[in-house]
Amino acid sequence: MTNYQSPITVGVLALQGDFAEHKAMLTALNVRSIEVRSAKDLESCDALVLPGGESTVMMKLLKESGLDQEIMNRVQSGMPIFGTCAGAILLSDSHLKLIDITVERNAYGSQLQSFSAQIDVEGIGSMEAVCIRAPIITRVGDGVGVLAQHEDHPVLVQKGNILAATFHPELCVSHSVHKMFIENVRALMQ
Amino acid sequence: MTPRNTLGENLAAMLKGGVIMDVVNAQEAQIAENAGACAVMALERVPADIRRDGGVARMSDPKLIKEIAAAVSIPVMAKVRIGHTAEARILEALNVDFIDESEVLTPADPFDHIEKSAFTIPFVCGATNLGEGLRRIHEGAAMIRTKGEAGTGNIIEAVRHLKMIKKQLADLKEMSKTELSVFAQTERVPLEFVERVRELQRLPVVTFVAGGIATPADAALMMSLGAEGVFVGSGIFKSEDPAATAKAIVHATVHWNDPAEVAKVSEGLGEAMTGLEIAELEVMMAERGSLL
Repeated sequence: MTNYQSPITVGVLALQGDFAEHKAMLTALNVRSIEVRSAKDLESCDALVLPGGESTVMMKLLKESGLDQEIMNRVQSGMPIFGTCAGAILLSDSHLKLIDITVERNAYGSQLQSFSAQIDVEGIGSMEAVCIRAPIITRVGDGVGVLAQHEDHPVLVQKGNILAATFHPELCVSHSVHKMFIENVRALMQ
Repeated sequence: MTPRNTLGENLAAMLKGGVIMDVVNAQEAQIAENAGACAVMALERVPADIRRDGGVARMSDPKLIKEIAAAVSIPVMAKVRIGHTAEARILEALNVDFIDESEVLTPADPFDHIEKSAFTIPFVCGATNLGEGLRRIHEGAAMIRTKGEAGTGNIIEAVRHLKMIKKQLADLKEMSKTELSVFAQTERVPLEFVERVRELQRLPVVTFVAGGIATPADAALMMSLGAEGVFVGSGIFKSEDPAATAKAIVHATVHWNDPAEVAKVSEGLGEAMTGLEIAELEVMMAERGSLL
C-alpha cells in the first residue's frame, strides 16, 4: 500500500529507559523518530513518546532542564503524547498532570512480581502485555477512556491526544498499540 | 507467556541510559536516588574498602539489604560471590530486583558460576571479553557488565573489556564456518548461539560498563564507546562530594554526546576518589571466574 500521508516526526524522550525499543517500533511502522533530550529537540516533533524506565530519574532530569514545562505547553496545545509504564506515571496527576489518572508506583511489588498477561485492547483485540515493576492506575477521571484492563485495573487509557499504558507495548511482538497511537496522531493533525 | 529470564532482560532494558550506584546503607541509598540513580547496588563495603581491608568479601547482611530496599523506590540489586548458589537463593528470598554475581566479592566456586536459568530473579554478570559474556548469558544472565578493576578509580580495564567485546564481535563476521565452530567450542557455548550473536553484532542482552568509573568524563567516555549504562562503585561515596558527584555522573551519562553539558556538570566537584595504578594492584578482580 502506498503511503500518501505527509511524513511525521515522533520524538522519543531519551533521558533514560527503553527509548531504543520505542524507536525500533516506530521504525518498523515506517515512522521517522528522533531522540529528545532538550527543548530544542522537541521543536521538530509532531508527537512525543515517554518510554519505560525509572520515573524518578526522568522527572528529575525533565525538571532540571525545563523540558517538563515545554512538554506540558506542547501537549496542552494539542501535541499527541504516549507514555508507557514510567511514561504513564509522568503523565499522571503526580507529575505532569496531563491526564486525569492517579497511579501507584511499583504496585505489584519488586521484579519477582513482574509478569506478562493476555489482555483485550479495544480496537485491537487480544495481545500480550509485559508488566515490569509496573504501576497500577487506581483512579480514572471523567472523560478518560479505558481501552484495556487487567484484573479490574485499567492498563491502557486515553483522552484526546494523550495515551498511557502501564505495560510495555514496545516490548511486544505486535506493533498494534504504536500503530493505534500513530493513527491517532495523523487523525489529530488533519 | 514471556519466560522469566526475558522479564529480567526487560527490566535491564528499563535501566538503560542510567547509573547504578553502590551504596552501603539506607542514607547513601537515598542520596543515590535523589541524585537520579536508576538503581542501587547494596553492599557492605565499597570495592575500594574491600581492596584496602583484604580478607574474604561476602554477600551483605540481609538486614542491611532490607533497610536499603525500604529506603528507596528504585530497583535494588545486591552482590553474591561467584558460584554461591545459596547466597543467591537468600537474595531471591529477600525479593531484591537483580543479583550481581560479582568478582568484587571473593569467589566461592573454583569450577562453576551459578546456574542462573534455574532462578526466577534476574542476574547481571561481568565479562572481560565476548566468550566470557556469552558463557554468562548462556547460563542465564539477563544483563552483562564489564569487569573493570573495581575500587581503583582507573578506567583502563573497563575500556579494555568493552573494546575487546566489540572487536571480537566484528571478528565473528570474518570467520568461516569452521572458525566459528572452533570459537564456539573454545568458548564452550553452542554454535547456534554464536551464529545468532554474529548476526546481531552485539551481546544479546543489555550491556553496562562497570569498574573504575570515577568522574563524569569517565561515564561519558564509556557511553561513547557503546555502553548502555553505567555502574559506579567507589567513585561516588569515596569522592569529596558524593551527592554532587552522583548527580554529575547521571547527567554526563545522559548527555554524553554533548561535551558542553559534560563540561558544565564536571565543574567544581572537588576531589574525585584516589586512583590506583593497575600494575601495582595485589589482586586483579577481573581475573576471578574469567576462564570458567
